[in-house]
Amino acid sequence: MTTIAVPSPATPGKLAFWISRNGPVLAIFALVFALWEIAVRALQIPDYILPSPSVIVVKIVVSWQLLLENAFVTLQEILLGFGLSVVIAIPLAIAVVYSRIFERVAFPFMVSLQTIPKVALAPILVIWLGYGIMPKVMVAFLISFFPIVINSVIGMRSAEKEMIYLVQSMGASELTTFLKIRLPKALPSIFGGLKVGIGQAVVGATVGEFIAAERGLGYLQLISQVRLDTPLLFAAVVVLSLLGVLLFNAVAFAERIALPWSRVATDVAE
Amino acid sequence: MIDNRTGPAAGDFRPGVPIRIAGVTKRYLSARGGEVHALDEIDLAIAGGEFVSIVGPSGCGKSTLLMLISGLIPATTGTIEVGGVRVKGAIGNVAIVFQRDVLLDWRTVLANVLLPVEIKKLDPVSHRRKAQELLRSVGLEEFEDKYPGELSGGMRQRVAICRALVQDPGLLLMDEPFGALDALTREQMNLDLQRMWLRDRNTVLFITHSIEEAVLLSDRVVVMSSRPGRIADIVTDDLPRPRGAHTRSDPRFIEHVERIRRHFLALGVLSET
Repeated sequence: MTTIAVPSPATPGKLAFWISRNGPVLAIFALVFALWEIAVRALQIPDYILPSPSVIVVKIVVSWQLLLENAFVTLQEILLGFGLSVVIAIPLAIAVVYSRIFERVAFPFMVSLQTIPKVALAPILVIWLGYGIMPKVMVAFLISFFPIVINSVIGMRSAEKEMIYLVQSMGASELTTFLKIRLPKALPSIFGGLKVGIGQAVVGATVGEFIAAERGLGYLQLISQVRLDTPLLFAAVVVLSLLGVLLFNAVAFAERIALPWSRVATDVAE
Repeated sequence: MIDNRTGPAAGDFRPGVPIRIAGVTKRYLSARGGEVHALDEIDLAIAGGEFVSIVGPSGCGKSTLLMLISGLIPATTGTIEVGGVRVKGAIGNVAIVFQRDVLLDWRTVLANVLLPVEIKKLDPVSHRRKAQELLRSVGLEEFEDKYPGELSGGMRQRVAICRALVQDPGLLLMDEPFGALDALTREQMNLDLQRMWLRDRNTVLFITHSIEEAVLLSDRVVVMSSRPGRIADIVTDDLPRPRGAHTRSDPRFIEHVERIRRHFLALGVLSET
């Protein structure tokens, strides 16, 4: 059925179950951070080489305003780029599935375009679009676009021939067939693409900021690197990771709402 | 959707629609570009409310014939009439059951059964009741709100049959509906199907690989030869109904099965050496 494992919600009744399932992972994380802290202190590693977790936490607390301001800029770029991807990729996927020209010409063209390292386009985009938010939005868009369009096409094509015959024999129009069969059948695959896409959008926006920026977490990292402020560099990485996890889970949450049946399928499939 | 049933009015014992197939040939281009001659000069008349099975080797065009009758694909030559009306494009008043149950995973069992009601815009209230009755008649009343992912193969195929029957089809086309089930479930499904057919008396065209299954269920068994598919024999099967496990030991049952098996031996589909 679907390959996406959906985590079960941590309701109070399931707390014990949640601990028994996630406990080992949490324990390993705790162990790694503890070893890191001890090693940095014991070996007296300077902060500018490798700050200890406690130093990073302190840095985050002290510079929360700076981090938040820049995170907000990056978040904006990610959401605009990702949103643009969704708005363009899904209608395009529908066109590929329903139109021969799009299938024969546009789709192979898009697939071959995918081999271009999108990040390499960033400097060109800076020339065209300037130093503002737009080139980052475009990199985030380009990099998250392909997984969404390809997964959507695969999903919309995944309906069995018999399934289409079945509804046609009931007199279903092409629109009804799309709404009742192709689209719901494609949703797990589309969400798979969205999950990959949102992660890619975070990468795109950050890399865009590395090339040329005046604000954002990527920009903050560049500045910290130049100043050898390694704790701030790490703090930016932490915030960026949190941002990525948050966005990924937002998509996963939307998926759970949209596909209550896929949870059933994954629970049953052993 | 209008009820375009042309048979006798509701309440009559035989609501199924008759089928007339005359000189039907089907050729199509295969994926490699070669021409496939799937069916050759098929003539067959099926009475309203009759249960007819088609047996034949793989690739004899059985499924193609079924699709032609449903109007989903056109015949190359010849005419098909369903309920006295010539088939040109998808016909109403028909329900299809495939070997794969093709249930929609995202709909509950009840919502799956109600799919044709939604698409054909039939009265939702009365059909909801009918859907629930159908599910009860196959022992699935407890599973109305489950998703197909939670059901076994036999249960899923029962839901698919309920989905077909909820529309009161004058014609039921079944393409190896029990082919994917284990032997025991299959026997039970045969009896369930017979019971529902005896109650509703729709016309049933039933494709199967199992000679015993065909003889057990049918009024007539059509034996087809390999490509291009032609009708090799039609066996009339008037064993008393309801049939069941006891029927299999009836000498006439064995005789019918042997007669069909001899055709397959002659066609080279079965070989005893």
